[in-house]
Amino acid sequence: MTVIKADMRVLQAKLWYAQRISAMILGLCVAIHLLIIFYAIRGGVTAQEILGRTRGNIGFAVFYEIFVLACFVHAPIGMANILEENFPKNRFLKLVPWALALLIIFIGSVAVVSLFSGGQV
Amino acid sequence: MSQMRARPLIDWRAKSHLAYLAYAMHRFSGLLLACFIPVHFFMLAQSLRGVEGFQQKLNLTHFWVFKFGEWALVILLTIHLVGGVRLLMIEFGPWRGLRKSWIQASIVMGILSGLLFLYLSN
Repeated sequence: MTVIKADMRVLQAKLWYAQRISAMILGLCVAIHLLIIFYAIRGGVTAQEILGRTRGNIGFAVFYEIFVLACFVHAPIGMANILEENFPKNRFLKLVPWALALLIIFIGSVAVVSLFSGGQV
Repeated sequence: MSQMRARPLIDWRAKSHLAYLAYAMHRFSGLLLACFIPVHFFMLAQSLRGVEGFQQKLNLTHFWVFKFGEWALVILLTIHLVGGVRLLMIEFGPWRGLRKSWIQASIVMGILSGLLFLYLSN
């Protein structure tokens, strides 16, 4: 039987809170992002259109970097919960949420900077 | 209680509850979104190549599998959003039971956003 030690429970409470706070931020970000998706997909998506909106637009850059940071907190905690509940004995899988977190913060931030600069870094 | 199971066993009666459907939908959509996000960011980071290079990479996604995937992910994102708001209402709002109307709302909003995506993207 899988047991949870006392210090792990404190950590889990902190992770629970971090995930809920990030969820509140993501709730707003996702709602706005869905509206942008519905606006952007009319007539197909082109690179010209995307960069036309994002290049040099500091508002978009700040919004999407906040979005990336909230994802960086939220998604790996959720992934860790699912893996812990389904595969509690697999130590290798504990690396997966860390890998996901690094991928999100690194590639996400590169994406935000590149969309802001439009490839002219 | 000094010890607790990481995952309590639940029977078919619990699994047939509407709240279990909400749990399953939230897990499923969250897992797929977490897998999709790095790929999505990787595609957007291709804008480092400038307009022409970015367009070349976007052209690779003009394929029915990717179109279907985009459509499915918008539905999953909507379900995860509304289901997530339900969880926050349960945990941080005044206690009013399991907020089943939010589960129904997440299904309806998911269907609506899927239809809206099809309508707008032709």
